[in-house]
Amino acid sequence: MNFPILSSLILLPTIGALFLFFTKDKEGNNSTAKYVSLFTTSVNFLISIYLWVSFDQSTSNFQFIEDRTWIEGFINYKVGVDGISILFIILTTFITPLCIISVNNSVKKRLRDFLIAILILESFMIGVFCALDLVVFYLFFEAGLIPMFLIIGIWGGPKRVYSAFKFFLYTLLGSVLMLVAIISIYWISGTTDVIKLYELGIDAKYQNLLWLAFFSSFAVKTPMWPVHTWLPDAHVEAPTAGSVLLAAILLKMAGYGFIRFSLGLFPIASEVFTPLIYALSVIAIIVTSLIALMQEDMKKLIAYSSVAHMGFVTLGVFTIQQQGIEGSIIQMISHGLVSAALFLCVGVVYDRMHSRLISSYGGIVSIIPKYSILFMIFTLAALGLPGTSGFVGEFLILMAVFKDNFLVAVLASIGVILGAAYMLWLYKRVIFGKLINSDLKSMMDLDRSEYFILTCLAIPTLYFGFYPDPLINTIEVSVNDLIDMYNKNLLIK
Amino acid sequence: MENIDLILPEIFIALSIMFLLVLGVFKKKSSKIVFNISQLILLITAVITINETFAIDRVTLFKDSVVIDHMSSLMKIITLLGAFLVLTISTNYLKTFKLFKIEYPVLILSSVLGMMVMISSNDLIVFYMGLELQSLALYVLATFNRDQLQSSEAGLKYFVLSALSSGLLLYGCSLIYGFSGSTNFDIISSQLNSNEYVLTFGIVFILVGLAFKISAVPFHMWAPDVYQGSPTSVTLFFTMVPKIAALTVFIRFLYVPFLNLIDQWQMIIVFLSIASMLFGAIAAIGQTNIKRLIAYSSIGHIGYTLAGLATGTNEGIQSSIVYISIYIIMNLALFSCLLMLKRNNEYYEDIEDLSGLSKNHPLLSFSLLVILFSLAGIPPLAGFFAKFYIFMSVIESSMFTLAIVGLVTTVISAFYYIRIIKVMYFDDPKKSFERFTDYRIHGPIIISCILLISFFLYPSFLNDIVSKIVIF
Repeated sequence: MNFPILSSLILLPTIGALFLFFTKDKEGNNSTAKYVSLFTTSVNFLISIYLWVSFDQSTSNFQFIEDRTWIEGFINYKVGVDGISILFIILTTFITPLCIISVNNSVKKRLRDFLIAILILESFMIGVFCALDLVVFYLFFEAGLIPMFLIIGIWGGPKRVYSAFKFFLYTLLGSVLMLVAIISIYWISGTTDVIKLYELGIDAKYQNLLWLAFFSSFAVKTPMWPVHTWLPDAHVEAPTAGSVLLAAILLKMAGYGFIRFSLGLFPIASEVFTPLIYALSVIAIIVTSLIALMQEDMKKLIAYSSVAHMGFVTLGVFTIQQQGIEGSIIQMISHGLVSAALFLCVGVVYDRMHSRLISSYGGIVSIIPKYSILFMIFTLAALGLPGTSGFVGEFLILMAVFKDNFLVAVLASIGVILGAAYMLWLYKRVIFGKLINSDLKSMMDLDRSEYFILTCLAIPTLYFGFYPDPLINTIEVSVNDLIDMYNKNLLIK
Repeated sequence: MENIDLILPEIFIALSIMFLLVLGVFKKKSSKIVFNISQLILLITAVITINETFAIDRVTLFKDSVVIDHMSSLMKIITLLGAFLVLTISTNYLKTFKLFKIEYPVLILSSVLGMMVMISSNDLIVFYMGLELQSLALYVLATFNRDQLQSSEAGLKYFVLSALSSGLLLYGCSLIYGFSGSTNFDIISSQLNSNEYVLTFGIVFILVGLAFKISAVPFHMWAPDVYQGSPTSVTLFFTMVPKIAALTVFIRFLYVPFLNLIDQWQMIIVFLSIASMLFGAIAAIGQTNIKRLIAYSSIGHIGYTLAGLATGTNEGIQSSIVYISIYIIMNLALFSCLLMLKRNNEYYEDIEDLSGLSKNHPLLSFSLLVILFSLAGIPPLAGFFAKFYIFMSVIESSMFTLAIVGLVTTVISAFYYIRIIKVMYFDDPKKSFERFTDYRIHGPIIISCILLISFFLYPSFLNDIVSKIVIF
């Protein structure tokens, strides 16, 4: 038996959290807790980099598989990664330490508990991306609700209770239906092992209902229009680090789920429901872009832009073409980096001025130039300027959609224009213009840790924008084989 | 008499009760010693039960009127341990209210004896005898704080309604006796002719009586008032221990004599289950008193347990037993936490009182957090697995309506559980409660929380035990 590298990735943050649980909580300066959590998450990041390096890109088989009996005769604890999931794991381990560095300014009370929640959440998120058994997947998928609920509820803004409840109940309602579907799959196919299910296929007559059950869960989590309303509330009220994790990683669980489960397990149903997904995605892209244009609150604007970006992701996934799915994955990774950075940028000015309203800023370019430059990079990445990672994803997706359905592609392209509009307008109103509010004059530019975090996020954003090959090489074979398998299972039944 | 050692646990408890009563009469200030002895007795009886009966597949005694099998042994052990923990946890509470009297453990022991008889019964008469013995003890326990109006009211209400249900139950028994010519479960089963619709009436009457005992909707009306009015330690007893016995009888009654009539009673159980789940979820939302809230939530949990029973499979029964076992652990821990909310010799039981608890009592509120999320059925806590097994067996039998209702009510009930968490964690702190160290309360809380959290490491732990329970 090889060293259980994936399990250690999952467990390490939890061990760190346990350690913190038994340390004393000091109000105010709590540097020990911070260093411990930073240390664990950094080690986790290094392990995941090692995972990527030793990952064999030439095969689509799952690697680093661990398979242990978990519930006698029913379910095995099975984890493993392929080209698709490994990128999400790295995204998770990359974003979490940055979040922990960023809590310096944004979290004022009960820092230790906050760090525990973040560490536990990291464990669950990694678990979601490497689970190869439906029940194990569900367990991690659902368990993430607890820490996120607490993060929003304890450390959030004034309307935090409402938002936390909305977040919790929406996502719970979505995912319990998935549980019924998972159990049904067990009784239909006799296993919940994803690899075996890929081979066996699922009886065509059940696929539509099962697909809908999974869809109900993923649609809420993605979030897709019209069940996206929890997201702006949750984002606005969550503390910066919470928003970052939510936007960068939690939303990706659903996109990942669509690729891994909806396409992989229910090809016939996916074929049936593709028009539905197209319609909802296009509506999401256009409607939420228009809503984003109207926002007064910076965080809310970015939250709505997330919904629009995830609309592109679902669109790309259900083109069921090489470019489309690759584009979706790259779009998710890119959105993970960019939205995280944008939320951090909002957090930076919020920590100084305690306002998220766009109207209370303006003309700060000469006061905080470093900030303005980095903010510009991420704004441009969010609207998909060539040379940023946002462009690669959107371009590939639109290319695939154009081949499939011209009308949808045109409508989605309008969304791109709208995206440019609201992002640039946001940037103009916040950074340029006249300096009306005289309080802004005393604003400090980025401190060392903020500078570090934003630079860390800017480097991959630009690097993958110019040279996306490392990402594409990793996912190419896996996506290709996924599509082959999809077509094969489509024909058999 | 062969095999008399198989009912040694019952005999031992019966003798101990008499001994304790005599001791209480002749020895002054004997309450402490009686308490300790009765705890010891419960433990010893549990050990005897494990020793004598745990390995036995199925043996019947006294002309088949008493049955010893895996289910009876397991349920007896759970009952005994539950009662033991109730006595352990409630000591501090009883002392505060000057209720620390010898009658309390003796009454608990008598009701436990009644339950053990019920659990082992294979005959309508034996079953009824056990039921009445436990009920009589419970009436008195409900009124135990007799100087308090609420407690007396609770006891009286419980007595009147319980008597009514016992009457219905007896009427059902007489109908069944009339049509099958016997009170013995095995004989009824062999005499049964499914064409006799009047038998169905008998089943319905008995089911009504039993549903009352486990407070399933629509026979739940007594539960909230009695739970709120009784002393907290008695409520703790009410919510756990009698339900085990009643559930066992439920299983045995449905699956031994009337398995062939499954088409007749399955609908009834499904209805009871759906109604309980829905009512338990919706009615609990508006509650402000925690004890009352627990009453409604326990109605909901009984609904899930019945969902397992409704399947008509051995797996369903096993999942019900797993569910009730995990529920007992959660409930026990929840009440232990309630008994920590003490300030100036007064216990607080409103949700409001928990406001900001996490500031002053971080460990206590963390335990409550674990327990409540577990009750809500959120993974990876034990409560999730309890529900998971139930849904496994329900969906296996293709009862999708039941499964969907169960899942929807899970979401609804999650609302009121997380509302308590919200009060504890998100609201501003109030005055802190007394900090007292009492290992008799701390111990159960810590152990059950560890159990709830670490259950996912080996989730088939309970299944391994209950998998031996094969009723038919």
